[in-house]
Amino acid sequence: MTALLKVFGLNKSFGGVTATDDVNLDVLKGEIHAVIGPNGAGKTTLISQLSGGLKSDSGRVVLAGREITHKPAYARAKLGITRSFQITSLVMGLSVLDNVALAVQAQDGHSFRFLKPARSLTHIRDAAMENLNKVGLRGRADSLTSELSHGEHRQLEIAIALASGAELMLLDEPMAGLGPEESALLVAFLKELKGERTILLIEHDMDAVFALADRISVLVYGRLIATGSPEDIRNNDEVRHAYLGED
Amino acid sequence: MLKLSVVGWVTFVGMVALAILPPVFLWTGHAFYLDLASRLVILAIAAVSLNLILGYGGMVSFGHAAFIGLGAYAVGIPAHHATWGGFEAVASYNGLFHLLLAVGISALFALITGAISLRTKGVYFIMITMAFSQMAFFLFQSLEVYNGDDGLTIDIRSELPMINLDDPLQLYLLSYVSLVGAMILVKIIVNSRFGMVLQGAKGNNERMVTLGYNTYFYRLTAYVISGAMCGYAGFLLGNFTTFISPDMMHWTRSGELMFMVILGGASTAFGAVLGSSTFVLIEEFLSSLTTFWHLPFGLMLIGVVLFIRGGLMGLFKAGGK
Repeated sequence: MTALLKVFGLNKSFGGVTATDDVNLDVLKGEIHAVIGPNGAGKTTLISQLSGGLKSDSGRVVLAGREITHKPAYARAKLGITRSFQITSLVMGLSVLDNVALAVQAQDGHSFRFLKPARSLTHIRDAAMENLNKVGLRGRADSLTSELSHGEHRQLEIAIALASGAELMLLDEPMAGLGPEESALLVAFLKELKGERTILLIEHDMDAVFALADRISVLVYGRLIATGSPEDIRNNDEVRHAYLGED
Repeated sequence: MLKLSVVGWVTFVGMVALAILPPVFLWTGHAFYLDLASRLVILAIAAVSLNLILGYGGMVSFGHAAFIGLGAYAVGIPAHHATWGGFEAVASYNGLFHLLLAVGISALFALITGAISLRTKGVYFIMITMAFSQMAFFLFQSLEVYNGDDGLTIDIRSELPMINLDDPLQLYLLSYVSLVGAMILVKIIVNSRFGMVLQGAKGNNERMVTLGYNTYFYRLTAYVISGAMCGYAGFLLGNFTTFISPDMMHWTRSGELMFMVILGGASTAFGAVLGSSTFVLIEEFLSSLTTFWHLPFGLMLIGVVLFIRGGLMGLFKAGGK
């Protein structure tokens, strides 16, 4: 498999605090690549650097052979990177379907179109509905997004990531705050996606990580200390010591 | 029969009343009320334009009165030169020229100030829009050619084909039709793909950027459309008052516009109209009772903001959709 995303020597510090420290990473096309690490290891910072939300101090990011280091977030999204947020980030004042439709609409050329009512464009609404259906939110399509439960918000985040059509999905703790049943459903769902999309997954739920990931990278104090198969990581002494807390 | 929501009915009844009542007042010899209605409807156009960016775009502009002033001066300056000579390039009574100038200058002012203001957020955006409008205010205050503070009185109104603006009823009807047009225009824009992006950026800008929208340019476009519409309201106001002064652009005027939008209920089509109507009527009523009318007026506005969610239109929304 070829690398879809290549990261070279990425750095970011906030004042004196180093959030990411010389991160080198390859994400292969079609894999689920998990990044694990203790709280404050710089996982979310890494995702923000990859999606363009944060400017890196140094280092390079290459997507499908294309240098995107200096591209702003909206341009990276157009090139096929999308992210979900650890803390739910949706347009609360619009309907559930509207939220997904905006992701579809973003793929459909520019939006400086002023005349036709957006909600009457069936090609956009249908595609949005299809993605809602995939995550099991079809019945909530017309609800106001703010009225949804936390679990449903997490599902909606996934539906939006799907609808954005992005080849590379950066998922920031998608299981956060979900009950065991909801988590299990989401794991099953992401498993089905395997091969279809490339996923960089940040997750604290180790059962989910070991069930899903093809490869795992371990981030500690901003440094990648190991990358390998779940089996390698489980047996890596340094990882056990630094992260899994076993002596 | 028409199937309308409560909000729809309120809008329908309100707009029909605005179409019928003022002419009736005129014919029954109460010309003053037609005057009041004209001011109300023209300010409503400005409020509707502000609502596009404030209510739907989340851009709290504290400088919208600048556009009213620019629109009014686009009538006053050409008319002034046509009467007294000088500045041949613009000297004219031609209404279509005035209109084009009002909308064009306002759009340009919006483009330049918006391009800078929209790089900021929140309180900074509020302050910088106010600063730009105060710059326009002080500029016109310092222009001796146009009587500075004392303002311009125009003797001849804009000359339009088929419409005589010296006839108060015709001026009113033009303003009314313009208001309906402005409301429809905003409604169409808001429901379009552009409008969805605008509303999305209001609700969650980071999400929209992550989806691939360069929200800055969408916001700037909305800001320019809004400014141009407000400049059009200024064109009407200049012709209505025939007295144009820098005071039209003062930041307190911008504050009033903002209040009309919030009072009526931001992000509803009729809210801005209801807000400006309530504002103008109550101001008129209270100021006829006492010279200290600002105090009860202020208390009432505070009450509305504190106790009624979504402004006056919120009352009808709560009643059922």
